[in-house]
Amino acid sequence: MLVAVTSLTLIATCLGLILGIAARRFHVDPPQLVAELEALLPGSQCGQCGYPGCSGAAQALADRSAPVTLCPPGGPELATALAAKLGVSADLGALAARAPGIAIVREEICIGCTKCFKVCPTDAIHGAMKQIHSVMKEACTGCGKCADICPTEAVALVPLPTTLGNWCWLAPEA
Amino acid sequence: MGFTELMAGIGLRWGVHPQGHKRLTSECAIEPMVLTERLVLPLAQHIGAPARPLVAPGDRVLRGQRLAESGGVVSSPLHAPTSGRIADIGDYPVPHPSGLSAPAIVLQVDGLDRPIDFEPCPDPHALAPDEIARRVAAGGVVGLGGATFPAAVKLSLGKRSPVHTLLLNGGECEPYLSCDDRTMREQPQAVVDGARLMARALGARSIVIGIESNKPRAIEAVRAAAAIDPAISVRSLPSRYPMGSEKQLVTYLTGAEVPAGGLSAEIGVVVHNVGTAAEVSRVLRSGEPLTHRALTVSGQAISRPANLRVAIGTSVADIFAHCGGLHDEVGRYVMGGPMMGMVLPGTNVPVVKGSSGVLALTAEEAGGGTASPCIRCARCASVCPIGLLPFEMAALIRAGRAEAAVDLGLKDCIGCGSCAYTCPARIPLSHYFSHAKGSLAAAERTRLKNDSIKQLTAARSDRLAREAQQKAEAAARRRAEREAAKRQAAQAAADAAPSAPAATSEVGA
Repeated sequence: MLVAVTSLTLIATCLGLILGIAARRFHVDPPQLVAELEALLPGSQCGQCGYPGCSGAAQALADRSAPVTLCPPGGPELATALAAKLGVSADLGALAARAPGIAIVREEICIGCTKCFKVCPTDAIHGAMKQIHSVMKEACTGCGKCADICPTEAVALVPLPTTLGNWCWLAPEA
Repeated sequence: MGFTELMAGIGLRWGVHPQGHKRLTSECAIEPMVLTERLVLPLAQHIGAPARPLVAPGDRVLRGQRLAESGGVVSSPLHAPTSGRIADIGDYPVPHPSGLSAPAIVLQVDGLDRPIDFEPCPDPHALAPDEIARRVAAGGVVGLGGATFPAAVKLSLGKRSPVHTLLLNGGECEPYLSCDDRTMREQPQAVVDGARLMARALGARSIVIGIESNKPRAIEAVRAAAAIDPAISVRSLPSRYPMGSEKQLVTYLTGAEVPAGGLSAEIGVVVHNVGTAAEVSRVLRSGEPLTHRALTVSGQAISRPANLRVAIGTSVADIFAHCGGLHDEVGRYVMGGPMMGMVLPGTNVPVVKGSSGVLALTAEEAGGGTASPCIRCARCASVCPIGLLPFEMAALIRAGRAEAAVDLGLKDCIGCGSCAYTCPARIPLSHYFSHAKGSLAAAERTRLKNDSIKQLTAARSDRLAREAQQKAEAAARRRAEREAAKRQAAQAAADAAPSAPAATSEVGA
């Protein structure tokens, strides 16, 4: 009786010790998938994907309820990165249909109300009260928040103009 | 060709032998072309930042006057090729396969050709190395072989890593072109003088001038001129395309290989074109900036093929008209050589500093045809001067896997077109590579933009938080002030109160 109790206690203690040490020694952080996905996303909280901000989009991506092509400002580059992170294949066809746009201010209609640059998630619009606003192309993600809020419809989204800086050869016809 | 050179040529395991077509123009001396009425001068005629205009529409300018200043460390100024009036500064079609427009200065020529006062330098060899580089930069000299890298930037490479050899590229391995050949035959002294000046600026001890063996007269002329300096050796190169490519030239003449993704200066060698050398000599001696260049006008569709010295900004259409117009149907207009030059969508574009030739090719000369499937004969792999596998890379790119093509060395591809030239199935291999390089660059741009947007968003949320905090602090301060004021008022009331009850008590008493 005593022998059995002692030996079982000993075995249990040793195993517990081993398990405890192993749990510390071979500790692996639980996958921070959502956080990692959110770090990949632009973080401009523009809402073009239809989710509440980039963290919502990251959650949806992690649940596999959203396609990797959900982020228009990120473009094919981001879609490929997300697909690699999630281990899925990206169908870039959906992105190609929606060319990236940028906002422009039609100066003859702009009344200088400052509403647009208050909502711009990337501070891409500058101007002042009662002065014409203007968009800095480099910072605009084409989210359209400014176009939605403009009281005079002076802000329009246009396709990114092709210049010598961003032109590139199309693929040869196979 | 000597026996050793023949053997060396046989030993080369890369390259192709396109038909030269050089006889069309190789005996045509460089003739000055008359000025046209209007010159269009694009602000970005060089690699690097575009130049910044210094003039406004309506200004009168003189020949040699600076129209635009250098726009950055790697950039080059722009000068007026003749006197006239600035008609406009705006977007005009530039030589580019896309046919797009870019900012340019338009000069309405007045025909008087009045110059500014140039400051000639009788003995530029007495100048300090830095001063040579400074004057070359101020003269707007860029690589005239076609790459248009600002020459002065290359001349100051000697400061970063020691340069022992200056190589002068007289390969001119592109078919049709003969303007470098003519420059070497007509002004060998200027070529040699320019080379010595550039070697002085670089601190290079030896100068090697490499000329392809299909230009025996040029070799002869330059050898005779080079006799004045024992540091110069003139070497004959096997006629093989792309011998005039920097990496191939360096490896053939020095035996050393330029590291992948690196500069030849890292192994102590700097390469300049012979035309650039002649121009450096002229710019330093006369004090006149680069405003004209020699170019070859050729192709079977041209009535009178020629070598011309034209003002930068002259339209290609005017040049063709000067050469008797076109007498055959044109299949393709090309600026530069047919192998690496750019296809022009039209002739309403100006000649720029990097235009070594303008060609009007008949459909027969331009070649082409429909591509058939790859049979993996590997001819492209055997001619690739870098030793890549073009057929494999093209297959990956066609399958949308440009990243995998990078692993096979896509970034080391020099775009010489030897693979596409030799492909029996007429697969447009170099087109695939241009496309893939362009889409990779676009992806890189998107990545950079996304990164900067992340920073902007973070900066914005920081700012909003800071503003909210400041507002809260201000509100708290105001509240504190209000409360202090209230307390003070209460205190005052309390101070006043004892006297009042006393009075009443007195009254009461």
